[in-house]
Amino acid sequence: MVLHRYTLFDTTESTMSIIRFNAVNKWFKDLHVLKDVNLSVAEGEVVVICGPSGSGKSTLIRTVNQLETIGSGEIWVNGQNVIDPKTDINTVRADVGFVFQHFNLYPHLTVLDNITLAPIQVRKQPRVEAEALAETLLAKVGLANKRDVFPSQLSGGQQQRVAIARGLAMQPKVMLFDEPTSALDPEMIGEVLKVMKDLAHTGITMMCVTHEMGFAREVADRVVFLDQGEVVEMATPAEFFSAPKSERAKQFLQQVLSPMH
Amino acid sequence: MDFDFAAVRNSADYLWQGFQYSLSLTAFATCFGILFGTLLAMARLSSIKSLNWAASAYVNLFRSIPLLLVIFWFYILVPLMTGVQVGAEKSAYLTFAIFEAAYFCEIMRAGIQSISKGQVAAGYAMGFTYGQNMRYVILPQAFRNVVPLLLTQTIILFQDTSLVYVVGATDLLGAASKVANRDNTPIEMYVSVAIIYLVISFTLSRLVKQLHAKIAVIR
Ligand SMILES: Nc1ncnc2c1ncn2[C@@H]1O[C@H](COP(=O)(O)OP(=O)(O)OP(=O)(O)O)[C@@H](O)[C@H]1O
Ligand SMILES: [Mg+2]
Repeated sequence: MVLHRYTLFDTTESTMSIIRFNAVNKWFKDLHVLKDVNLSVAEGEVVVICGPSGSGKSTLIRTVNQLETIGSGEIWVNGQNVIDPKTDINTVRADVGFVFQHFNLYPHLTVLDNITLAPIQVRKQPRVEAEALAETLLAKVGLANKRDVFPSQLSGGQQQRVAIARGLAMQPKVMLFDEPTSALDPEMIGEVLKVMKDLAHTGITMMCVTHEMGFAREVADRVVFLDQGEVVEMATPAEFFSAPKSERAKQFLQQVLSPMH
Repeated sequence: MDFDFAAVRNSADYLWQGFQYSLSLTAFATCFGILFGTLLAMARLSSIKSLNWAASAYVNLFRSIPLLLVIFWFYILVPLMTGVQVGAEKSAYLTFAIFEAAYFCEIMRAGIQSISKGQVAAGYAMGFTYGQNMRYVILPQAFRNVVPLLLTQTIILFQDTSLVYVVGATDLLGAASKVANRDNTPIEMYVSVAIIYLVISFTLSRLVKQLHAKIAVIR
């Protein structure tokens, strides 16, 4: 637990937080998808974001590296204001890994090239070094023997593990995950969650949209519950699962935790 | 009516020269057309209004006027504007490159649009610039997806190069027609070149079919 390292309503710049949302609002045309979101994530913290479908979870996590722009407010990442037009967003993004629900591996490149492309092109890392790191990461995610195959030759679970390795190859300070297991067949969810749990224990900052409540319970420092674009609750997993404060969270938990799911 | 094979044999060298010109015109216009067409496609898909407008205007202009007219235009205009008498053969290179770019643009645009938003986002999420994302993520996939269309366009282009004969250029058809007039062998000449066009176009379109099947498998 790193609870002592953040304060909920801290708005000064001199905090340990590596990600901070200050009064963020976002609209898609008339649809108000993020409503006055305030949130900070401390370095090394693992934050799980959950909430019903359409509540704005993907939108929220995509605003961190500006895959989605925002309407008003501020977002600080690694000490840089990503909303400021003067900020070079590419340098911010290079330090933030993103894992997508549908993997989005590059189908025209081998597993190895998928992983080394950005380190070589963005970080200007020498190819040998990038490949050595890629192989280490592939071994870590249990896919050392797959370096020369194409993504289409891998199962969903394997593709997602490659995607995680690809994100880590940039040696990011933060990893973002948007429902990394929800496109997977049930028997493959475990292997991806295991990689994510191992990662959480390395001390990297993680922000993770997921409905895997076991994962949240086990490794999250905090759970953020989003509903209709609002941060309704923010609590430790213990608090959130045993004593949700809001009616909306109670309903949500009933749905995801029910055996029907 | 007799078919005089000797007439064909005797003019083979000249026809071969014309054929080489047709091929090189096709190759040049294809390469330049794809390169410039890709840039045009990026401009057409750009969010920068002026760029978008200019590229659309270009494409719509050249897709709305007959190629024959463009060939005449360039044949007359290029010497007027540059003051250099470049000749029919050279001006045709420019004509075809510029004209075909409009068509290749539309093909490449379809290719770029066929790439999923997820792929584009994955590239940007790594910290790629627009240029890097295009070069390493989007264009290689876009190109692969439209190879059959590009080849089909090239086949059409190869046949269309025969139009340069109207400004007196010695392409395959031009060579044949000159020989036909000189030796009074129109049947021999026009049948021969027809066979050559047919064999090449047909072979290429078989190749397109095979590629289609292959790409469908890869996907
Ligand atoms: N590009 C877009 N244009 C317009 N509306 C959008 C767009 N993307 C998302 N929305 C809408 O914004 C709201 C929030 O979407 P978002 O994808 O962030 O939800 P989510 O919590 O991730 O849902 P899910 O659990 O289904 O992934 C939804 O109502 C959605 O329909
Ligand atoms: Mg989502």
